[in-house]
Amino acid sequence: MLTLSGVTKRYPTGDRALTDIELTLPKGQVMALIGPSGAGKSTLIRCVNRLVEPTQGSIRLEETEITRLSGNALRQARRSMGMIFQEYALVDRLTVMENVLSGRLGYVGFWRSFLRRYPQDAVTEAFRLLERVGLPHAIDKRADALSGGQRQRVGIARALLQSPKLLLVDEPTASLDPKTSRQIMRLIRELCAERGLAAIINIHDVTLAQQFADRIVGLRAGEIVFDGLPSELTSEILTTIYGEEDWDTTPEPMDDDVSDDSISHPPYAREVPGLAAGGAR
Amino acid sequence: MSELAQTSLEARMQAARKGQWRRLPLIDDPRWRWGIAVGVVVYVVLAFASVDVNWARVAEGAGRAVNFLSAFMQPDFVSRQKDIVAGLLESLTMTLTSTVLGVLLAIPVGLGAARNISPLPVYLVCRAIIAVSRTFQEIIIAILFVVMFGFGPLAGMITLAFATIGFMAKLLAEDIEDLDWRQVEAVRATGASWWQTMNHAVQPQVMPRLIGLSVYRLDINFRESAVIGIVGAGGIGATLNTSLSRYEYDTSAAILLIIIAIVLLCEYSSSHVRRWTQ
Ligand SMILES: Nc1ncnc2c1ncn2[C@@H]1O[C@H](COP(=O)(O)OP(=O)(O)O)[C@@H](O)[C@H]1O
Ligand SMILES: [Mg+2]
Repeated sequence: MLTLSGVTKRYPTGDRALTDIELTLPKGQVMALIGPSGAGKSTLIRCVNRLVEPTQGSIRLEETEITRLSGNALRQARRSMGMIFQEYALVDRLTVMENVLSGRLGYVGFWRSFLRRYPQDAVTEAFRLLERVGLPHAIDKRADALSGGQRQRVGIARALLQSPKLLLVDEPTASLDPKTSRQIMRLIRELCAERGLAAIINIHDVTLAQQFADRIVGLRAGEIVFDGLPSELTSEILTTIYGEEDWDTTPEPMDDDVSDDSISHPPYAREVPGLAAGGAR
Repeated sequence: MSELAQTSLEARMQAARKGQWRRLPLIDDPRWRWGIAVGVVVYVVLAFASVDVNWARVAEGAGRAVNFLSAFMQPDFVSRQKDIVAGLLESLTMTLTSTVLGVLLAIPVGLGAARNISPLPVYLVCRAIIAVSRTFQEIIIAILFVVMFGFGPLAGMITLAFATIGFMAKLLAEDIEDLDWRQVEAVRATGASWWQTMNHAVQPQVMPRLIGLSVYRLDINFRESAVIGIVGAGGIGATLNTSLSRYEYDTSAAILLIIIAIVLLCEYSSSHVRRWTQ
């Protein structure tokens, strides 16, 4: 359904965020995109809805070549891709209902949205979604009066009101506590199943990714280094994605490895040469 | 140089270990630090010394000042009441119309002058408009418009509207430039058009400040309307000017008191409005 081929992004600052990405996402698949900070996860999903312009390559959503769209055609493509953000990105001073209804902006004209006269079916659907995410009582609250988990639910309702075919989810749980994180991931997962949506979920938390995704793609320094089932994710693979680290939680004594290059510090160096190391900087 | 920084860091670390710590000075080198301080003091002393005061003239003027101040004790609201009321109404009309007009025109200019939402050519044009409007003080613009449109409130209104554009557009543009961009991106990602994005993501973020600034500008415009009246742009300033040139200090005093009262009222209500819009 979504196909990326040869996608490369180089920021004007010279950072090469993505190199030659090849990726195909079938209908209804929930894919987790994992990788260290700066690997290019956000850049990748932002290229898909063109919040970021890819430098090279082609991105096709069903029959549409997204990289060539502009103006109205781009609006239409964007409304079929719902986006969910780490910091929720709700418009703070608008009410919850206005935020959810803004998911409909791609379908209505300017004056309708300006006067907040949304079509009746849009309002019905918005309220139904708020009920589904458990916030029907909050319709008239201002978005900045909600807790983190509640805001993310509003963010999800907004994305779904777009009637998307695809969800682009950028670290939905990074600002939430562990319990709320799991609830949010479960909600996204269920909604994808109910509506047959495909999703790309950027996520830091490998355990959550393994638990809630059908497929895991590992990104490192802008390149795909792993693509497989959650069960195939081993310690060695995590090492290729994230670099050297002790993946068992029990700390083990390390032997001093001086020849190791300075980038990957041994995780549990026992003798920290404190002042001497500080003085050398 | 870094050798030096290194030893001073060592020294600070030693001192901190013993519990002694001072905040880092703004300027590292003590020679520069003291040099600049002494230089500033010397310049200020010399500058004050260079202002020569004609004490004889001051003594003469003091007599008039006493007259003026004693007039304040008995302001005369009555004998020129009709002129005062007319001037006041003219000023208030001028203030209100110029603020409304100025703010309406400032909104598109401010949008255009925000680098994060406007293309470069539009940005440059709008910044140029702001620069022109802000370069000249209201009095200078007023003199120009009085020449163009003749004496009276029309010149005053256009002057104030013109000055309002620069003021509001600049502050609005700055507000837009540091708004929370994530909210804008989120709305854009729904497929919203440019205008819808302005209305749904930018407007909610800048509206409280826009309202607060408009009320503040209303207050400035009223004060300015009193000043530009002196160069012929109508309003209460013209009435004040007339009374001063007729040596009717009691009437001038009455006018000044009224201006003070209105400014205080504006001040008070504008702080209320700003709190309400948060
Ligand atoms: N707006 C930007 N301008 C310049 N460089 C950027 C920008 N956004 C991201 N980058 C760079 O691109 C790389 C990938 O960033 P990002 O996609 O945000 O990674 P992730 O989401 O995986 O943490 C990083 O090296 C980052 O510094
Ligand atoms: Mg990111």
